[in-house]
Amino acid sequence: MSSSEFFGYATMGYIVAMIMYIVFIAFKNERLGFSASIITIIGFSCHTIAFIMRWLDSYSMGIGRAPLTNLYESIVFFVWCLMLGYLVIEYKYKYRFFGAFVTPIAGMALGFVGLTGMSQEIQPLVPALKSNWLLAHVTMSFIAYSAFALSFVTALLYLVVATEKKSEGAYIFWTIAGSVFFIIIAAMGIDYVRYALVEGVKFESQNYLLTSTFLNPNKTITFLSYLVSILIIVIVWHYGFVLKNLLISFKIKTAILDELTYKMVAVGFPIFTLGGLIFGAIWADQAWGVYWSWDPKETWSLITWLFYAGYLHARMLKGWRGNKVAIIAVVGFITVVFTYLGVNIFLAGLHSYGDLS
Amino acid sequence: MKKEKLDTGIEKKNIIDRVWKFLASVKLGIILISLIAFTSIIGTIIEQNVQPEKTMKFFVKLFGPELAPKAYVVAQKLDFTDMYNSTWFLSILFIFSVNLIVCSLERLPAIYRAVNEPLKPLNIEAFNKYSIKKHFKLKGNMENAKKTIYPIIKRLGFKTEGERSIGIYQYYAQKGMKTRYAVYVIHLSIIVIFAGAVIGNLFGFNGYLNLPEGSKSSLAYTRDGKQHPLGFTIKCDDFNVDFYGNSDMPSNYTSWLTVIDNGVEVIKTKHIQVNKPLQYEGYTFYQSSYGPIPDNNEVLLVFKVTPKGGKPQFVSVGKNGNFNIESTKLTGKIVTFSPALAFDEEDKPYTYTKMLNNPAALVSFTEDGQPKYDRLILKRYSETWELPDGHKVELVDYFGYQYTGLQVRKDPGVWIVYLGCILMAIGLYASFFLNHKKIWVYLTDEKGYIDIKIAASANKHKQGYEIKIDTLLKKYIFKEKTTK
Ligand code: HEM
Repeated sequence: MSSSEFFGYATMGYIVAMIMYIVFIAFKNERLGFSASIITIIGFSCHTIAFIMRWLDSYSMGIGRAPLTNLYESIVFFVWCLMLGYLVIEYKYKYRFFGAFVTPIAGMALGFVGLTGMSQEIQPLVPALKSNWLLAHVTMSFIAYSAFALSFVTALLYLVVATEKKSEGAYIFWTIAGSVFFIIIAAMGIDYVRYALVEGVKFESQNYLLTSTFLNPNKTITFLSYLVSILIIVIVWHYGFVLKNLLISFKIKTAILDELTYKMVAVGFPIFTLGGLIFGAIWADQAWGVYWSWDPKETWSLITWLFYAGYLHARMLKGWRGNKVAIIAVVGFITVVFTYLGVNIFLAGLHSYGDLS
Repeated sequence: MKKEKLDTGIEKKNIIDRVWKFLASVKLGIILISLIAFTSIIGTIIEQNVQPEKTMKFFVKLFGPELAPKAYVVAQKLDFTDMYNSTWFLSILFIFSVNLIVCSLERLPAIYRAVNEPLKPLNIEAFNKYSIKKHFKLKGNMENAKKTIYPIIKRLGFKTEGERSIGIYQYYAQKGMKTRYAVYVIHLSIIVIFAGAVIGNLFGFNGYLNLPEGSKSSLAYTRDGKQHPLGFTIKCDDFNVDFYGNSDMPSNYTSWLTVIDNGVEVIKTKHIQVNKPLQYEGYTFYQSSYGPIPDNNEVLLVFKVTPKGGKPQFVSVGKNGNFNIESTKLTGKIVTFSPALAFDEEDKPYTYTKMLNNPAALVSFTEDGQPKYDRLILKRYSETWELPDGHKVELVDYFGYQYTGLQVRKDPGVWIVYLGCILMAIGLYASFFLNHKKIWVYLTDEKGYIDIKIAASANKHKQGYEIKIDTLLKKYIFKEKTTK
């Protein structure tokens, strides 16, 4: 079997596990939860095999490098770290409900890979990318990103459990952030159903992302998509307490969620500082002769870093403890996503140079 | 009169005090961190340091042709087109540094005291207030109990201090006090990195030098084209691009450079590549770009000629020159040359780029002045090197056609920046992965058995610490089946 077949099984495993985790939360069926965990582990094993095989493949092609050098490979690695981190937390804290919120992030990342049709080939490296500093930089950045992704989930759950009043800023914040998260996943799901199942499209070299909904050429559908989104946000805002009650029935405490968020940031922050900023700077210094040039990617990494530094310090202020700090952690992960994808897509689009490939 | 003076004195002190407190506050720190983060975004949206026309075009795209000139004036006033070097942005960074320094100085004395304060013995009345606590009894006398407990304390890495009073024995110890400084090492490292950056900006040089193959220069150029004397001469012996297989995807750019100082070749034909620069006298030369010089007439085609059964020889030929194949009567004459040969649908040859992607030479061979055959020799395709008579003519290089683009930098601050990075890494490690641990073990003799109370605390990673204590207790004590 080939690396991409194993990867296909892993993707399938994660999607099935996601659905099972969500049903598990809704009905609290312990067996279902247990099966979801097992499937996650199987998916993760396939993922690991796929990763190793791809590495070996690059050697047999005479290119010989760790599979961590383009957008596709880095997203796949991100998901791997994310699932590993999740499995460790599940094992240590016995919090299975957590899976219902982490697997969607994995699904989103993998869906993004598929729908944008980005190149999945093993490509040789251009000279500037041949550097061990770069390799360390990318690897550590993605380990940190997955820790931040986990802190995003715990911070969001913190807000769900800790807030109640519909007029409260933090409540409105989480219902909007949570809805947007859900809407994007749902829109990607619609793309998949339409293109993969109905039209039988093979995702290659063409960007299908959100073209069934928000980016539909048909203006009516686009308009409807936004309308439905607003509706979803209002519904979530109105019935947010249902999710809160569900979570409370799992006996989770805000203190533990806050602690978990901090722990994830405390793992991600030093790794990101060293790998993301320092190693990145050393690489830039060796390749271009400037360790810092304020280019958009670098600057957005710095912004992300500053956000998490802000998070660490905000926890020290008494008046900020709780909701405000959790909001910073949620926004922190949004800056992570923007640093990685937004800079390539939006900013590059703004200046019309380069694109996804 | 007197009273008034006194008052203003106090007021002055109050103001200084207030300013100091303001500068020492973590809240200000968070506000500044957010301010830097949010303002930085501007420079990622508006392209920095580009020609005004480009910025204008961008504003037209963003605001439409009517508002664009107004937006441009505003952006210009606020230095948005070069914001990271603007006074206002640098001022924020400056205030941030002051905040960081003052805030750290404000807290250091207390931390110093906390680090150097000797550990107090266990306060037995407050035993329940300690964050980690274990209570159990062991059969036997005090000496036995001490022998059992001691290895646990040692395994936890403590040097014990003991205290004895009648019927009671106490161990207490702490370690990792110094990790409390770690945060301040991180803060210091930021200041060190800033200092390095400032020194680099004030005393450094950042420019470029485009050197055609075979030529030399003792000058580099700044971005705006000003000359900058290097104090020595640098020569490009050769430049080459390697490609992956027969594709046009470059795999390596290599320049061979020679440094001449006071007439002496101090560095001879050293090759540099991307990620592998050359350093001399504080200057670093990076391989950064390259390009063709199509109108250079002093180019040389370099062939490696191997007569049938003979030894290979390198020959260099001018644009329309000739060369002989040794020990034969064959002469090759260059008819034409293409840096990047391709064939269109009708099989007509054409040059698809000015770069040396697929160099090809059309060579006309004569024997004793009689035309014999014409060959198209391509650098990339070894099958074109074979002549019908068994001789081999390989096209090795087209020398003098390309220039190498070097980035030239002198940055006396870079080592300070790296020092700051190392400090930061150490500080981060100590701050996030190490902790300050304390332990108290309190033994009371209770006729036939010993009552043991263990209390412990840590400023971080409490859970891990407790798990470690539990594991050791299990290993050394509870395997011996005693009362709990
Ligand atoms: C971006 C720059 C900064 C970085 C990377 C940074 C880094 C850190 C880190 C990693 C910690 C430990 C946090 C924890 O253990 O949860 C910390 C603590 C702290 N920082 Fe910063 N810091 C920065 C800026 C500032 C500024 C501007 C101030 C001043 C207002 C400040 C004041 C403090 C204080 C008071 C502590 C707690 C010290 C202690 O626990 O003894 N930091 N800093």
